[in-house]
Amino acid sequence: MGLIGMQEIMETVSMVEKQHLDIRTITMGISLRDCHDPNIKVQCQNIYNKIITTAKNLVKVGSDIEKEMGIPIVNKRISVTPIALLADAKTPEDCLEMARALDRAAAATGVNFIGGFSALVHKGYTKGDTALLASLPQALASTSRVCASVNVASTKAGINMDAVAEMGRIMKKAAELTKNQGSIACAKLVVFANVPEDNPFMAGSFHGIGEPECVINVGVSGPGVVKAALENVRGQDFGSVAETIKKTAFKITRMGQMVAQEASSRLGVPFGIVDLSLAPTPVVGDSVAHILEEMGLEKCGAHGTTAALALLNDAVKKGGVMATSYVGGLSGAFIPVSEDAGMISAVQAGALSLEKLEAMTCVCSVGLDMIVVPGDTPAATLSAIIADEAAIGMINNKTTAVRIIPAIGYKVGDMVEFGGLLGHGPVQAVNPFNNHEFVARGGRIPAPINSLRN
Amino acid sequence: MRAIITVVGKDKVGIIYQVTKVLAENQVNVLDISQTVMGEDMFTMAMWVDASKSSTDFQELISLLEELGKKIGVSIRLQREEIFDAMHKI
Repeated sequence: MGLIGMQEIMETVSMVEKQHLDIRTITMGISLRDCHDPNIKVQCQNIYNKIITTAKNLVKVGSDIEKEMGIPIVNKRISVTPIALLADAKTPEDCLEMARALDRAAAATGVNFIGGFSALVHKGYTKGDTALLASLPQALASTSRVCASVNVASTKAGINMDAVAEMGRIMKKAAELTKNQGSIACAKLVVFANVPEDNPFMAGSFHGIGEPECVINVGVSGPGVVKAALENVRGQDFGSVAETIKKTAFKITRMGQMVAQEASSRLGVPFGIVDLSLAPTPVVGDSVAHILEEMGLEKCGAHGTTAALALLNDAVKKGGVMATSYVGGLSGAFIPVSEDAGMISAVQAGALSLEKLEAMTCVCSVGLDMIVVPGDTPAATLSAIIADEAAIGMINNKTTAVRIIPAIGYKVGDMVEFGGLLGHGPVQAVNPFNNHEFVARGGRIPAPINSLRN
Repeated sequence: MRAIITVVGKDKVGIIYQVTKVLAENQVNVLDISQTVMGEDMFTMAMWVDASKSSTDFQELISLLEELGKKIGVSIRLQREEIFDAMHKI
């Protein structure tokens, strides 16, 4: 009968029950490019109608698959065309209206986040980009489910330092507007370099311009499963560590591929990609930091952490790539501080600094993620942090991002509570020296040369 | 539809009887059973079943077995076979 063995079955069951294996997100990408109208009210109605019609079965289908397969699907989400593309003939107030329409549509379809209140400005602003950015702080503060992202740099275009400067100011404003909730608006805003157009993970998800009308992308997870597998090879050399991670990543991703195809066929929507990611949650036993520590580090952040993360990130990709027909999104290990119990504990122990996190972003997917800094951090410093991170992405041909929260009213050592998957973050110190004049220069940092690599 | 039932928990008399009783009542056919007691008294069972002739909705079956598990103090899961195939067969 070609039956699977008892041992394999129990392995799968225990991955789910004991090691928090889950599908992190099924994200439906929806194009809004046919929603334009000269009248903003009509345009918002078009946006709302398109989303609730296209995604009406998303949550139900996700829940059905979750139950029948016995695999938790933590989030069902929606990403849309970057809203700046629908804002070229609109005002900032109109953009706010669109953000609210997205928020209502997300609530109506039952998804917890909708991504795509976004602009791509790595070379400069269109009228739509300007309008969207002007509305950003208010849009994030006055909605609960809308996620925003702005791409400020790419390897081919360089870094738009005017946009970098503006993003620092926008973050401060958004933080100020939500200071009673730990400045949570900033947890819904990601500043990117080399942004992928098919990323299913929030807050940086949007439905890129090369994407079809509608698509299903899936993000897998499972740091706990990798950690548990590594416990069986304690003391063995790095070859065994890499092999173990590859095999585990393969199994996790096969499950993601299967769920993606099932969701795609039940919804009648094409399958896009599987994002091969290790995304932690604040739950104990679901931590990327603990995987790094399992390799022999006392605390995440100790010297050796960057090498451990490089191995992990690469092995996850190597294992995952064979398990799915199409890979995309951010694919790699995530290192968000507030969403990872091991990272939080490492920061509290004084083992993990902002500078070490920056180094780690050179070798893993994404970047400085869910990091809380003091509320009195100047906008110019936030911009300079973004510039550093964008430079890493630009030079290394990779995606990097900054999702950093200047929590108004909090100082180093305080704990800020965001709730749910966003977790809670200890406030970390930033380098106190001034970079105002650097940021004030503006203009663009030219695109780098891609030969003569040193 | 082929599916797999797993039962894990403290061993006691009648676990298989109770599970197969629910299956029989709902026209679910058992294809194979593998069962062992690990350590002192950890009952572990995997059961391959065919639910295609069952008139009970698959999600309803899952709930029935979950409830039974709660009643007799073991964990019972019914999952479609595809998930195991995907993970363990190339």
